[in-house]
Amino acid sequence: MIKKGKAFKFGDDISTDHIAPGRLFHLRSDLPEFAKHVLEDADPDFASKMQKGDFVVAGNNFGLGSSREHAPQIIKIAGVGAVIAKSFARIFYRNAINIGLLLIECNTDGIDADDELEIDIKQGFVHNVTKSTKIEITPLPDVMIKLLNEGGLIEHIKKHGDFDLV
Amino acid sequence: MGQTIAEKIISEHTGRDVKAGELVIAKVDVAAVQDGTGPLTVQEFKKLGKEKLANPKRTILFIDHAAPSPRKELSNSHMVLREFSKEYGAVISDVGEGVCHQRLIETYVNPGEILVGADSHTCTSGALGAFATGMGSTDIAVAMGLGKTWLKVPPTFKIEVEGDFQKGVSPKDLILHLIGLIGADGATYRALEFTGSTIKNMEMADRFTLANMAVEAGAKAGLFVTDEKTKAYLKERGREDKFRKIEPDSDAIYERVIKINANELIPTVSCPHTVDNTKTVDKLKDIKVDQVFIGTCTNGRIEDLRIAAKILAGKHVHPNTRLLVSPASRDVLKQALTEGLIGIFVESGAALVTSGCGPCVGVHGGILGDGEVCLATQNRNFQGRMGNTKGFIYLSSPEVAAYSAIKGHIADPREVL
Repeated sequence: MIKKGKAFKFGDDISTDHIAPGRLFHLRSDLPEFAKHVLEDADPDFASKMQKGDFVVAGNNFGLGSSREHAPQIIKIAGVGAVIAKSFARIFYRNAINIGLLLIECNTDGIDADDELEIDIKQGFVHNVTKSTKIEITPLPDVMIKLLNEGGLIEHIKKHGDFDLV
Repeated sequence: MGQTIAEKIISEHTGRDVKAGELVIAKVDVAAVQDGTGPLTVQEFKKLGKEKLANPKRTILFIDHAAPSPRKELSNSHMVLREFSKEYGAVISDVGEGVCHQRLIETYVNPGEILVGADSHTCTSGALGAFATGMGSTDIAVAMGLGKTWLKVPPTFKIEVEGDFQKGVSPKDLILHLIGLIGADGATYRALEFTGSTIKNMEMADRFTLANMAVEAGAKAGLFVTDEKTKAYLKERGREDKFRKIEPDSDAIYERVIKINANELIPTVSCPHTVDNTKTVDKLKDIKVDQVFIGTCTNGRIEDLRIAAKILAGKHVHPNTRLLVSPASRDVLKQALTEGLIGIFVESGAALVTSGCGPCVGVHGGILGDGEVCLATQNRNFQGRMGNTKGFIYLSSPEVAAYSAIKGHIADPREVL
């Protein structure tokens, strides 16, 4: 499967407070409304500018901080195709896979804002169409691939009646 | 082959000997959520189709993040948790009872247990020798339904601390120093094990402060050996029978050993907008402070209030600075009332905030104005954290916070202690 979209570039240490701010705590019970504010505290124009399928591209430690699952939820609901980052914070990583948001770990230095990207998950690379470069993806661990393929953690448990990961 | 504390506790919960890097399904003793993450957990739990909780008496729902509620939407979310508690028999800790992590250590978690919580600072309970880690709402929903979770056994960093703190320097300075040293992602996927003479001599309150901030270095858990101090802490709270010796094997394997000399530490402050952006207090004396906040799961315990009250007694907060004080739980508040500390705070000009998380998470009770500076004893200073992206948050010990409230700028408490 190949995913195509435009890059929206962010820096290092984008926290879940940037993605899903505490001042909008009351919108946690209305995720489609909350998604209109996704990443607002890192880029106020992001939600209005992005098109369905576009990519969030960031540096190190994306999603650090609070365990709020609403952060990956509203990224997914907003229609982001994948989050591409050099590295992810642990809880965000787990939450994203649990709810079926695709994460791509790779060197993002060669990606600039507005670059057209194609992600080829099967072949394991990101093709930067604008710059005609290929970036190798760090493969997801097997457990994460299984959870993603089964539609997230709840679907996994419903399918197997229990964990079937080990 | 020897095991670390993390490997030992996880082995006990999987029924076989495990080592770092293995993927396991582990039994969960306690599952917790709070009002920010709990309603989503309830929604996901219902999708599982389970009629019962695996362990209702040890499923705890905390109303602490927006407590008391500042908006009707949040009041409705609180109702979701109260109704779920009634329907499924889960325990509820309601408005005013305190911050979940403080309540968990006071009442619910014991050495050798596994706690999973839908809040990143769940690692606080690691100071009781429990493997305690933060996850998201869906993971906790599954843990509540199945009584287990999946884990990758973490490699461990040994944090060896020797020596005595100078007067006016505290364990908060130690943990800020450590995070500055290794970075906000320096221990991602790792457990931290705190050891050495300084840790051995350290009171439980201070061990909780260190464990609480393990996640600020990216760590999965912050773990401690249990000892006489752990036993005394449990005894005071009627759980002496739950004491167990938890310690690593002498030949345990550590991925990395970091040595810190406590004698050399000086008061340390995290500067905006990341916790690892640390500076020593002497370099920050020009920073004027609009608001000082003393409280939270990091430093809102009675010991923290005592040292703050000692500095504030007979003094008044600077006219250009406001001071907010929030005891971490009702028990802490009661003790502070008994000891006369609340009177000292009020006389000094402080405003008392309900026990809970409000100001630290930017929900209510201390939101910053544009360009305002807050010095807080909390664990996080991300942009927007206290409700305004145009605010600037500095993190410090209660000593630095209390003295800075008097001076009106970031100040070194060694001048008065």
